[in-house]
Amino acid sequence: MAHAKARPSNLAIRLAPSLVLFVLVAPVVLGLVLTLLPAFGYLPVLGGEQLTLAYFAQLFAIPGLAHSVTVSLMAGLLTPLCALSLVLLFLAGAAGTRLELWMRRLVAPLLAIPHAAAAFGLAFLIAPSGLFMRLISPELNGLISPPDVLVVNDYWGLTMSLGLIIKEIPFLLLMALAALPQIQPEKRVAIARSLGYRPCRAWLMTVVPALYPLIRLPVYAVIAFASATVDVSLILGPNLPYTLSVMVLQWFNDPDLSYRFVAAAGALLQLGVTLVALLLWRLIEELGAWLGRRWISRGERRTGEASLRITGQVGVGLAVLISVGGVFALLINSFAGFWRFPDNLPGAWTTQAWSRALGEIGLPLANTLLIALVSTVLAIVMVIAVLESEQRAGKRLSPSMLLLYLPLLVPQIAFLFGLIVATEFLRWAPDIKLVIFAHLIFVLPYTFLTLAEAYRRLDPRWSQLAATLGASPWCIFWRVRLPLLLAPCLTAAAIAIAVSVSQYLATQLIGAGRVPSLTTEAVALASGGSRGIVAVWALLQALIPMLGFALALFLPRLLWRNRRGMRGLN
Amino acid sequence: MKAVISALLASLLSCLLALPTSAATLEPANWEQVLSEARGQTVYFDAWAGDPQINSYIAWAGQQLESRYGVTVTHVKLSDTAEGVSRVLAEKLAGNQQEGTVDLLWVNGENFATMKGNGLLFGPWAEQLPNFALVDADGHPEMREDFTIAVEGYEAPWTRSQLVFFYDSATLDSPPRSMREILQWAQANPGQFTYPRPPVFLGSTFLKQALLELAVDSAPLYRPVVPAQFASITAPLWDFLDALHPQLLRAGRSFPAGGTELRRMMGDGEISLAVSFSPSEANSGIAAGELPLTVRSYVLSGGSIGNVSFLAIPFNAQAKAGAMVLANFLLSAQAQAHAYDPQVMGSATVLSMAQLSTSERALFEAIEPGPATLTPDALGNTLREPHPDWMDALERAWIERYGAR
Repeated sequence: MAHAKARPSNLAIRLAPSLVLFVLVAPVVLGLVLTLLPAFGYLPVLGGEQLTLAYFAQLFAIPGLAHSVTVSLMAGLLTPLCALSLVLLFLAGAAGTRLELWMRRLVAPLLAIPHAAAAFGLAFLIAPSGLFMRLISPELNGLISPPDVLVVNDYWGLTMSLGLIIKEIPFLLLMALAALPQIQPEKRVAIARSLGYRPCRAWLMTVVPALYPLIRLPVYAVIAFASATVDVSLILGPNLPYTLSVMVLQWFNDPDLSYRFVAAAGALLQLGVTLVALLLWRLIEELGAWLGRRWISRGERRTGEASLRITGQVGVGLAVLISVGGVFALLINSFAGFWRFPDNLPGAWTTQAWSRALGEIGLPLANTLLIALVSTVLAIVMVIAVLESEQRAGKRLSPSMLLLYLPLLVPQIAFLFGLIVATEFLRWAPDIKLVIFAHLIFVLPYTFLTLAEAYRRLDPRWSQLAATLGASPWCIFWRVRLPLLLAPCLTAAAIAIAVSVSQYLATQLIGAGRVPSLTTEAVALASGGSRGIVAVWALLQALIPMLGFALALFLPRLLWRNRRGMRGLN
Repeated sequence: MKAVISALLASLLSCLLALPTSAATLEPANWEQVLSEARGQTVYFDAWAGDPQINSYIAWAGQQLESRYGVTVTHVKLSDTAEGVSRVLAEKLAGNQQEGTVDLLWVNGENFATMKGNGLLFGPWAEQLPNFALVDADGHPEMREDFTIAVEGYEAPWTRSQLVFFYDSATLDSPPRSMREILQWAQANPGQFTYPRPPVFLGSTFLKQALLELAVDSAPLYRPVVPAQFASITAPLWDFLDALHPQLLRAGRSFPAGGTELRRMMGDGEISLAVSFSPSEANSGIAAGELPLTVRSYVLSGGSIGNVSFLAIPFNAQAKAGAMVLANFLLSAQAQAHAYDPQVMGSATVLSMAQLSTSERALFEAIEPGPATLTPDALGNTLREPHPDWMDALERAWIERYGAR
């Protein structure tokens, strides 16, 4: 392998890491700089030529800002705290059981539901006039009209956090399941059990400390997302005042263009809020580690076993139930005619909403598919190039490759605005190519996150064996490594498609609204759609990622009918 | 080979040269030229998209344009018209004179004032549209005046709206007919009423309606806002809202995002009184299976705010001819009658029946308005829109007072 010829393809592989890093990091950094400058008053096209703090003063004078920041911060901490605890407790209690097997199968379809669709489902389920209330009224509570309580859009954004928790549980579960084989949890648990620890406790004490560092990055991505979400906040979040990210979006769209400076200052504040959330999380990590050590050193082996197990299983079970219930609520509503309040089911059924939506779906569906497929293929090729270059170099990538995850940790709103300033300045017409590129910025890190471990864990002896038979590096890649990695590659592709389909801001802002996708349509209807129409669009939005995951599951089974070990997970 | 290349180069060059010159000499009065130039263009129509019925209607218009004139229409769905205005303004500031991303924009009021004031509009073109004659602008001055601002041919009328209320006659016998009665009724029936959160258009219009009714003198509302007088003129409005908000649904701690959400709340029985900007809203809601059959509409006894909404072409639009063809089609008797159908959009027409031919009139007469639609007589006195300044000032003051509790 040392004498690989200087073919252009070999050069491309060698340069792949730097190239990919540049493609990802350059727009984020450029976007951040172009957000930073206007925040301090510098944007010559709008007449801002002097650095000033005036826009921060204007920002901090906005009524309700402190509360907006608080809600964003709370969501940014509550979401990972609840989702991660429940995921760990669940895995601790279910490790090696049939329950874990079921969850492995459920996790992909749950992950496929885009954030906006899941948020609509939750709203349709728990709103005062939602499905749940209709089921128990008036039989259990005597109500004949919906109770006047503020559940969805509540002041502290708790419903929004709930929506985020439900969505992040499958994500963290998948990440944890993917990381687990590296640390051999069975052996750890077996040792602890031989010392007399009950299984759930043993798992928590011996597996979690090794597992957490492996899923730390996905947890940070959850924090960044939850503290800066726009679409979930528009659907479930408070509106008096809005969360910070939504306010920033509104200032950016204000016809009084001087508000763009305020928006830039707000975007920078959002970056600060996310950073603070991450720093506070570091403290929580330390606190958790300290508590964990104390817990371990107490040496108790048996107490609380059942309650630990039950908390995890009930929590994750409820999250699954709510997700599935939400989809069910969407389904019913999409076919509902007039549905008087306490009735359990609609008084009439109709396909009106479906036929209306199907008449308009052409362009958004085509755009969504095109963007998702192109950005996914690009991301897969780039990620494989990076990992292959790592394989051939025979050593781990440099730590600078951690920058690959930058787009997951910087709030979208903080750098997308700068990017728009750049495209406006360069007069690049907002079109589908730009949107695909913007999607790639988010799709690529997730693809890397899901594919890297599988690629690195592949037994090197296969390649060595092929090499001893005289195969060239490219021959090894095409005929050995890629076929063996088909299943994980397809799973990564399915996740990439799901990530692309659920992108709201990147599509709406970079496409200047001219590249409608299923998600932008669904969120645009949030403010004005009837329940039936919103339900149809949310379901359509969930459909493509579902198909992606189904393909990822069945394609290897079809291709490797006679290769049992190559079909991937279950 | 050489000849082919030079021919290709020549045609390429002429294409490059032809585009700007033809755009520069576009003559709105020469309709044949407009039509031929429009053929093959794609019109990006930026329009508020919060109402599925309107979206479907725009999609229908797009199909019609494609088959009749070879013009492709893409509806750029805005959640707030301000997004489109801000985009055009940003393009102007970035020096983008010819490659604008917006071809036609649904606007009126303060957004039109902003665009006209900043030189963001192409025109005048609207009165040259063949179908403009059908609106009888001489007999209907509101076709040439948008929130007190003279239109001067920079936008073409599209639809007509009027603020109406609707209620469920099964639970409410006689609905309140003035702002003061609404307050009294809400105090006796807490949690039964709410209005969309400003700056949502409908919510802001509710504020203006309340101010027109409650202000000591409505004359200053038709002039630009004088900051020194704003507090004293609007004081009765804030007193009214301070008293009203605790009686609203959710005690005023959350406001609906728009008219369709109000409609849903009425359908669910969460509220018994709601506000709308379309005299046929209740009827469309019944037809769509979202409202009970017993819902009825009415207007306040002192009259209510009515306006015309318009279509404008930005100065840097790339498909100006296509945009004009679309605006003209939307002004045709066929398109207006289709919009008038409560099953479709239920929008009052801007056309003057007297200007239509018998067969065109028949298109309207064939449409059954439905039991919950208000006839033109029942709409009563139309109040003129205040000066556009007030919209922005009221929205900002509202958010200042109530936006953060």
